[in-house]
Amino acid sequence: MSVLESMRSFMRRDQVFEFLIPDTPPDLDLTHGVILYLEEISVSFDGFKAIDDLNLYIDDGELRCIIGPNGAGKTTMMDIITGKTRPDSGSAWFGQQINLLKMDEPEIAAAGIGRKFQKPTVFEHHAVIENLELAMAGDKRVWTTLNARLSGEQRDHMDEILHIIGLNKQSANLAGSLSHGQKQWLEIGMLLMQNPKLLLVDEPAAGMTHQEMERTAELLTSLAGTHSIIVVEHDMDFVRSIAQKVTVLHQGGVLAEGTMDEVQNNQRVIEVYLGE
Amino acid sequence: MLGLLLLTTLVVPVCNLLVPDSSGLHISTYTMTLLGKYLCYALLAVAVDLVWGYLGILSLGHGAFFALGGYAMGMYLMRQIGSRGMYGNPVLPDFMVFLNWQELPWFWHGFHWFWFAMLMVILVPGLLALAFGWLAFRSRVTGVYLSIMTQALTYALLLAFFRNEMGFGGNNGLTDFKDILGFSLQSDATRAALFIASAAALGLGYLSCLYITRSRLGRLCTAIRDQENRTRFIGYRVENFKLWIFTFSAILAGIAGALYVPQVGIINPGEFAPLASIEIVIWVAVGGRATLYGAVAGALMVNYAKSYLTGAMPDAWLFALGALFVLVTLLLPRGVTGLLRKKEVNQ
Repeated sequence: MSVLESMRSFMRRDQVFEFLIPDTPPDLDLTHGVILYLEEISVSFDGFKAIDDLNLYIDDGELRCIIGPNGAGKTTMMDIITGKTRPDSGSAWFGQQINLLKMDEPEIAAAGIGRKFQKPTVFEHHAVIENLELAMAGDKRVWTTLNARLSGEQRDHMDEILHIIGLNKQSANLAGSLSHGQKQWLEIGMLLMQNPKLLLVDEPAAGMTHQEMERTAELLTSLAGTHSIIVVEHDMDFVRSIAQKVTVLHQGGVLAEGTMDEVQNNQRVIEVYLGE
Repeated sequence: MLGLLLLTTLVVPVCNLLVPDSSGLHISTYTMTLLGKYLCYALLAVAVDLVWGYLGILSLGHGAFFALGGYAMGMYLMRQIGSRGMYGNPVLPDFMVFLNWQELPWFWHGFHWFWFAMLMVILVPGLLALAFGWLAFRSRVTGVYLSIMTQALTYALLLAFFRNEMGFGGNNGLTDFKDILGFSLQSDATRAALFIASAAALGLGYLSCLYITRSRLGRLCTAIRDQENRTRFIGYRVENFKLWIFTFSAILAGIAGALYVPQVGIINPGEFAPLASIEIVIWVAVGGRATLYGAVAGALMVNYAKSYLTGAMPDAWLFALGALFVLVTLLLPRGVTGLLRKKEVNQ
């Protein structure tokens, strides 16, 4: 290309420089009704195979429970989906178009995957409402955050979420003053503020009283349908109360999949859980 | 707090310039310069509080940014001396003549312009913080490791600036300044102007930090301090936030250094000493972390105590400083202003 030509293409006013075009991931494509594909994923830490040839598919709007003994790879699987850990091999796709293995944590969060940790992690020195404000979907760059103001719509949205998680009376309290169960709900509320399509919920019922557990179960089942939810849980009663479909993980792979009854009568599951 | 600052800004120069020596209300130039120095320290403390108290990055190297700002100002003041130096060389500062250098090193060019020097006061600490932060935060270095790296940074600069070959006056540093913008540094009026400039810089720095900490960005900073992982998983690029706040803080420190140098009349590598940076952290801890006015109060109190004790009992100062830090950590984890806040809560 001659100098003149390259100058011309450089000066063109009808197009933007390539580096100025924001690098937005493609929209979530759910034409096949499947929101998450994990295929042939393997990860090892110092020779220990935490995940070994894992295949898992989650349908759009599904509520899936994942159970398994300690060390079965449940948390590692969530780390892979949210970009915290890179698998050694395999592929992870969000819908048809979004390759999760090429994105980091903030990008994956922006694409629509929210994660609740095992231990409730909320911002304890902030009010409940501020926790929701920080989690709100939107432009999360430095300068826009500095100048951000809440709009009326956003306030309404926050109120709505407060009602869903049942903390509207505590909205001005410090998150650190909430009970353990309320913190879990607040964290779920923070996930909802991100408008996620897929929620990863790690042990939501841990340390909860019976009533709190019932409310959590109600909350999760009411969210299913509009969201896809993956719940990792140890408490079998809780799983039974919400589960549509259960996947059993064992030694980093899928051992069994089906309804709760099918899984509980599966011979291999009984062996793993109860010993020979 | 700002009202108090405004009041001092008005009263001190007036009492110095207009009230006669004989009057009891007269403030000596020495005292005014000392107060001006404290105000620079207070700005430095605010800068450290922004990254430590709000963002949770314990920087043990903020003295480096302060000193770099100071050196940029010192270089301007050196060039202003002109042929009035000991050796009377119109271009070369005395220490270069002494080292038998024939011409000005390239990085000294431009410093005879005030605007260029002021630009460097902002750019040099800012760019260093940007480069350092980009490397450190991107690889997710946190906690003690980051603190040690900041300490190493300032120590490396200390050793570098001690060398005569660096062209910054070696261990003597830059001194013997004559005038700034054509005004003699010895005159009371210039001293008063510098005092007002320091107070204005502190006020503006304080206000901008207040704006940041009260915005959503400020809430996010404390969120990063408390739960870094959570902020990452709700979609914030934590390293960028750390990087820009750290850089802003370094620039504030640089400005504080630039105002400090003409008032004390010297800048030498001692300002890079790790101990100096640790002292800043102690001011903030004594005043109260995560309150900007606490940082200001801490800087003023500790430095007043330092001026007093190094005069009265020179040997006791370091012991007093150490004891102060231990006592504050044990008894007042939220600093002196924490006491006031506790009262507010009780009432």
